Order: sequence, then C-alpha cells, then structure tokens
Amino acid sequence: MRRMNGERPGAMPDLVVGVFVVLLGLLCLWQAWAIPVTPLYAQVGPKFMPYVVGTLVCAVGIGLVGVALRGGWSHTIEEVEHLPPTNWRALGLLGAGLVANLVLIGTLGFVFAATAQFVLVAASFGSRHPIRDLAIGIAVSLGAYLAFDKLLGVNIGAGILEGIL
Amino acid sequence: MDVWSGLALGFGNALSITNLGWALLGCFLGTAIGVLPGIGPALTIALLLPITFQVSATGAFILFCGVFYGAMYGGSTTSILLNTPGESGSIITALEGAKMARNGRAGPALVTAAIGSFVAGTIGTLGISFIGPVVVELALNLGPAEYFALMVLCFATVSAVLGGSALRGLASLGLGLLIGLVGIDLQTGQPRLTFGVPELLDGIDVVLVAVALFAVGETLFLAWTHVPGKQEVREVGSLMMSREDWKRSTGPWFRGALLGFPFGVMPAGGTEMPTMLSYYAERKMVRARYRHEFGTTGAIEGVAGPEAANNAAAAGVLVPMLTLGLPTSATAAIMLSAFQSYGIQPGPLLFTAQADLVWTLIASLYIANIMLVVLNLPLVGLWARILKIPTPQLYAGILVFATIGTYGISNSVVDLVLLYGIGIIAMFMRRFDFPTAPVVIGMILGPMAEQALRQAMTISQGDWTTFFTRPISLSILLIALVALVGPRLWGLVVRNRMDSAPSA
Repeated sequence: MRRMNGERPGAMPDLVVGVFVVLLGLLCLWQAWAIPVTPLYAQVGPKFMPYVVGTLVCAVGIGLVGVALRGGWSHTIEEVEHLPPTNWRALGLLGAGLVANLVLIGTLGFVFAATAQFVLVAASFGSRHPIRDLAIGIAVSLGAYLAFDKLLGVNIGAGILEGIL
Repeated sequence: MDVWSGLALGFGNALSITNLGWALLGCFLGTAIGVLPGIGPALTIALLLPITFQVSATGAFILFCGVFYGAMYGGSTTSILLNTPGESGSIITALEGAKMARNGRAGPALVTAAIGSFVAGTIGTLGISFIGPVVVELALNLGPAEYFALMVLCFATVSAVLGGSALRGLASLGLGLLIGLVGIDLQTGQPRLTFGVPELLDGIDVVLVAVALFAVGETLFLAWTHVPGKQEVREVGSLMMSREDWKRSTGPWFRGALLGFPFGVMPAGGTEMPTMLSYYAERKMVRARYRHEFGTTGAIEGVAGPEAANNAAAAGVLVPMLTLGLPTSATAAIMLSAFQSYGIQPGPLLFTAQADLVWTLIASLYIANIMLVVLNLPLVGLWARILKIPTPQLYAGILVFATIGTYGISNSVVDLVLLYGIGIIAMFMRRFDFPTAPVVIGMILGPMAEQALRQAMTISQGDWTTFFTRPISLSILLIALVALVGPRLWGLVVRNRMDSAPSA
C-alpha cells in the first residue's frame, strides 16, 4: 500500500469513472464540431450549446480524475464502503432477462418477451419457483398489455397474439 | 383574477364527479407506488404520460398531482414498517419511525406521519394559492435574458447545492444536458448528436430516460448488490394516538411544514435538506423528559416534524413549476414535459391564459390532501400488505412496466437498447454516488435554456453583455455563482481557520 502519497487501494474504479466522463465530454465536442454550419444567419447557432455542454462535461471529468488521483471519493461514502460483493449470478440472470426481452419482443410480441424477462428477473433475485413465476409473469404481462393498450391507448403490437387479444 | 375568485372557480370545476374520480385514482395509485420500495412518483408519472393523448389536460394533471402527493404519504409507511425509505424525502422518517415500530408503536408513528402530511400538505397548498399569483406578478417583468439566468441558477442549485459533491452533481447535469441536445435543432433543422441513427432525430424521450434511471438502473444496482434473504415487515398494531402523542406531535407538524415549504419554493428544491433540519430542530426542542427516546425507542417528534417538512417541501416545488416553468425535482420535470405535450408552456402566462386549469389543479390539491388522510388511516392494513410482495416478483414486475412504457413510445428496439444503455450508466451512478435528478432536470430544462439564450441574443442583436447589464439577470447569475462556489470557499475558510488555530 502506498498510502504515503495519498494513494488508496480503492481509487482505481473512481479513476475509470472520471475518464469515462472526460470521454463523454469529448464525444459531445466531436459531435458539436461535426454539425454542419448553416447558411442561415443566427446570433447563436446550433453548435454553440453542444460546445458549451461538451466543455462542461470535459471539465467536470478532469475534476473527477483529479479527485480520483488524490484517493477517490468512493471510500468517503458509507453506503459504498459497506457494499456487499458483486453478485454475478444475479446480474447475469437479470442481463439474460433484458436480452431475452430485446430478442423476443420483435418476433413473438410483448407478452411472451415480458414473461420470459419476468421469470429470469425473478430468478435473479432468488426466486426458486420458475413455474409459479411463469404463471405470475403471464398474468402481469397480459394485465400490463391490456392496461396500456386499452386504457392508455399505447399501441405496442400483440405479436403472435394479434387477433386473439 | 384574485385568489378567492380563482379558488371558487377551481373548486367549482374540481368537485365534478370526473375530476374527483381522477383525484381519487391518483391518490390511490400514488400511495401504492409510494409504499413500494424502488418506484417513486417520477417513474409513475412518466409511465402515465401517454394518458395525455387520451384525456383533457385538467384530468391528467389532477391525476398526476394526486400521484405526487400520494407518493409522499405512502413513502412514510415504508420507512416506518420496513426501515427502508420508500423515497428520498422519507430517509429521516425512517430513523425514528422504524425505532418506534420496533417498540410496538408503529400505529401512532403511521398516524402522526399521515396527519403531519395532511397539515403540511394543506399549508403548502395554501402557500401555492397565495404566493403563486405574487410570483407571477414579478415574473411577468422577466425577459428571455432573465429567464436564461434563472435556468442557470436552477442548474447550479440542483446539481451543486444538493447531494454529496458539486462535481458529481454537475456530471449528472451534463449527462442530462447532453441527452437533451440529441435530435433536430428546432431553429435550424440541423440534426445534432444523432450519430446518423434515424431513430434519434426526434430526440430521446423523457419517459425512456426516467424509466432507465429509476427502474432499470435501480434494479440492476439491486441485483449487483443482492444478498439473499428476506426483509421483515413490522406489524401495524393499534392506530390510536394517546393524548400525549397528540400534544407532542402538534408543534412538530406546524414547525416542519413552515420549514419545508420555503425550501421547496426556492430553486434549490429537494426534500432532503428540510427534513434533516426539521429532525435536528425537533431533537433540540423536545422536552427534556422525552429526549432519551431519540435514537433509542423512537421519538414521535422525529416522525411528525420531518414528515411534515417533506410534504410541505414537495408542495413548494409546484410554485416555481407552475409560475416560472422551472422544474426543481425530477417529478416536476416530468410534469413539465406533460404540459409541453399539451402544447402548454408553464410560466407566468399560465395563470392568466389557463386560469381554469391552474385553479382547478390547486383546488384538487386541497381535495387530494383530504382524500389521502381519509384513505390512509383506514387502509393502512392494505398498504402494509403491499409491502409483503416478495422482492423477486416486485422487481420482475417493475421491469415489465418499464419495458411496456418504453416500447410503447415508438415500438422500436433501438429505444430498448438505449433504455438498457442508460440503465447501465444509472447503475454505475448509484454505485459511485452520482445524483439522478439533475439528469432529468437537465434534459428538460436544457433545450428551454438554449431557446431563452437564443431569444435573448436575438433581442440584444448579438451583444453578450446583455446578461450582465440587465440588473435582474446579473443578480440572478451572481446568486448562481455563489451557489456554485460558495460552499467550497466556505469550506476553505473554515479549514484555514482550523489550521491557523493553535492545535490542542
């Protein structure tokens, strides 16, 4: 441990976050630069705000990198200090649920995609009853579909259930 | 229109069966989602936004305000029975409330929170009715330059004053501004930050961002840190408050409400600061013979005061939203986008151009408050049962609604990819303690600020000094500067003094 010069073991993740923010700012500046100039006369053109925002984000990111190099901020937050270890199983199942939804929603339709997602998400939070979750998932997805389609008038397409619902 | 005829008009409209129905639905829904940990009013109103295509503006806003007020009531139930705050304003309530519940006094804690919310909600709504028109009078003199300055002030306070660190708050704000820039520039028709993706030309929908931040990001973070096990829900027990409880609660209710409301009205917004201040004030002012209850068996003052402050501050947020069109909380920002979807621009003209809508809305707030206190006490058993929904099914269900709300925008898988992308960013924001509200406020207020800036520059014919030569604009910008660097400088001064003081 080289705590002498202010470095702490946990500052690396903070540094990555700072660099990410800088990159986000650069992305914004690059996109601002890429906006074609209009022949239309305007006091403040379409490029101005993107440049301001990009500069702001870059500056803040550099500030965060500075804080990270001086030991970071994560260790000062009590909630983060006592964080349990990463639960890869839960994250993996949840991610699988989101991907399943993404892949299925275009082909099988919302109800099936959402049900698959429901079962996987419930499993990720420790549910051990996939069959029961399947039943609840179908009920919740159908209920949500009907509520949004009939009451709120949101058209989400019934997929292969078209004509039945 | 003066306040009294405004209120008369408002109550006349609000007491119709349809509008009472919207208010009741909103209160019910709001309390339920306030009780459920993990979802709050911002997410719920975002998911309900499609309703703006179906019903009149009045009906929709009565519903939204019911949800807004209801969530405040419901949040306290969760803090008391579960010791997990249902939303950020209830964090303090959880301190003493959960301790009271552990000592079998959950009932009185719930009742004092509900009545405190009623007292504060009513005082807050009175504040809106009487202060709103005054603010409008002042605001009518403001031009685009002053508006731009006000928005800069708003940016400075929501990102730098609230939350743990100005840098992280500004980073969140920057992300929000960046998201707000995506799409076609309204003045010149140029696509900006679209990366050639046609789906991005219309910009990123606020529903998508709200769902990503408050549902997907939250769920991902909870999965990341998930520890198997069950949470214990305390029994409600008897709801009777003893005469002593009443006596001890009355002072805190009124003090909390009077403390909370001004905080809500100021552009700093937020409910964390007034609830905390109320808690410390009550702990100081409590009669000596009850002082030992704080932090041990749970003191009723510590629930009554902060809960009142929370509700009054939430009501106060509606003042800048309705009179200036400035949202200072995530929920207010989403309500503002609902106004925009009706083609209504909140601001000083709202009180004259849409007097019907504004006063009906205000009258409905009084009605919602009465409904909530009536709804909450007898139904507290039902709300406690909602808390028993197991975590796996609760979050699985939240994600179903998140999907449908997002996919419903344009039936596009691109939206879902964006949803998950922003959700992953939100998960890391939770882990690294970046506040989420500035993202929503930045994305809604950013385009408005840009428009005000361009108008001001057109009026001044390209003269940048317009922001500094107009006295009101200059003073607002100076306040923003103080808000941004003030706390930092103060910290330096204090540190210097500590350094120069002889070390003991």
